[in-house]
Amino acid sequence: MSLEDIIQETKTFYCLDCGKCTGLCPVSRYNPAYSPRVMLENALFGFQDDLTYNHDLFSCLTCYACSSKCPGDVDYPLFIQKARALALDAGQHGDCAHSGTVQSLARLMSNPGVSQNRLEWLSDGLRISTQSDTMFFVGCAPYFEHIFDFDSGAIDAVKASLKILNHCGIEPVVLPNERCCGHDMLWTGDVETFRRLAEHNAAIIKEAGVKKIIFSCPEGYRTFKEDYPKYVDIDCELQHISEFLADRIAENGLDFSEVKRKVTYHDPCRLGRHLGIYEQPRKVIAALPGIELVEMEHNKEESLCCGTSAFVNCDSCSKQIRVDRLLEAKATGADTLITSCPKCQIHFRCAMTNKGEEKGPDVEIEVMDLVNLVANALGDGHNE
Amino acid sequence: MSEFEPSILCFACNWCSYAAADIAGTSRIHYPPNVRLLRVMCSGMVDAEYVMKALEAGFDGVMVAGCHIGDCHYISGNIKAQEMVTRLKKLLHILGLEDERLMLKWIATSEGPIFAETIKEYVEQLKKLGPSPFRKELVT
Repeated sequence: MSLEDIIQETKTFYCLDCGKCTGLCPVSRYNPAYSPRVMLENALFGFQDDLTYNHDLFSCLTCYACSSKCPGDVDYPLFIQKARALALDAGQHGDCAHSGTVQSLARLMSNPGVSQNRLEWLSDGLRISTQSDTMFFVGCAPYFEHIFDFDSGAIDAVKASLKILNHCGIEPVVLPNERCCGHDMLWTGDVETFRRLAEHNAAIIKEAGVKKIIFSCPEGYRTFKEDYPKYVDIDCELQHISEFLADRIAENGLDFSEVKRKVTYHDPCRLGRHLGIYEQPRKVIAALPGIELVEMEHNKEESLCCGTSAFVNCDSCSKQIRVDRLLEAKATGADTLITSCPKCQIHFRCAMTNKGEEKGPDVEIEVMDLVNLVANALGDGHNE
Repeated sequence: MSEFEPSILCFACNWCSYAAADIAGTSRIHYPPNVRLLRVMCSGMVDAEYVMKALEAGFDGVMVAGCHIGDCHYISGNIKAQEMVTRLKKLLHILGLEDERLMLKWIATSEGPIFAETIKEYVEQLKKLGPSPFRKELVT
């Protein structure tokens, strides 16, 4: 795809040069050298090298804060996604965080010969089946458990999701050889790997014959919903677990025990601005008896990003975005920060691990996945 | 069909294992030619990324060789290597790779014969395991 095609596809030529994107961009706030407006301008002037060899191309968080307010309706994150593919062709790539393990794993998983041992976290209390119409997409959580030197909490969220589904009478199909959804590959420009991963997932899902897929990870959900249809056929109903829970609660109500917490909810970009799911998670939280939900200064459409996307270009700027978000959460007086994205949790937890002399402001707050909050309240007594 | 010949990438520490390989060479100790040595200044500088890249490139086995614990030229680099390997092995296990595909071995400068022996054993082990699922035919 040439720069010209990208401009046509993402309607970059509608740019009014107003600079709202740069004003809203969480990266520009800390890195004045980065400007979405200038990026687009370079593209429109045809300065391809200024675009592809710009290291900041990989700094974009693809959080859609810019596009949500763009008067010209330019799809800047999509523009970035495609421009990164151009940059990758030119041999440029972002700085991969965590030794690039996440990206390497995705590339290795795209190999057809892989047979993974990805279900070892399954414990006796969790019931899965091979016959159900409903599938639960686990995603990268089993890997996340071992990549970071702090507790990522990703696998606990998966267990909690299964517990919730079991409680609702669903024993979902969990595929032993599903691959990474390819989200990070697509957003770092590696379209070929993404296509291979998508094709593999589509094939095994077809073989499993399921009619509905439930996700606890918003990135997987977004990728299946928005990006897979461009490459493969997934003939299933897709649902995020917060949507599933909100439906269940509205239908017949679930029996929750009391939760004595004051919480605030952080909208993940993928679930919020990408897919417009703001209300369902809040309905789920509101359904828990005894809980108090307070909103942060920036919430819903105005929610701030957690600071890194696709594990590239994680730098001091990302850290500042995170610290700001955590301070905002603390300012609400809440004791727990609820989110429904494993990666947001990882990034927040990472920001909290910095201790010692130069640790900066106190950002310690308990971070928890929505599904953990719900699973704890589902009647087995040990809720806090 | 000819017998499967595994390819191995060995990250060898400049201060011990690489010197050990040198000793093995100058002492004319034979060891299989399946290994490619990559000299690094310390086993502690071998990042998980390097190992993953080696596997992506199609090596059947990756070996990280450093100084014995307590002997590191930079005091604690080998402890870093040990932590990296322990964590990475868990990831590779989930990915479906056998434990032996990544090996950590301490070889001191004087242990040339041990270096040769280690490579011999490793090649045998990998022959039993068969090719890696990511194997590509490398130029030999």
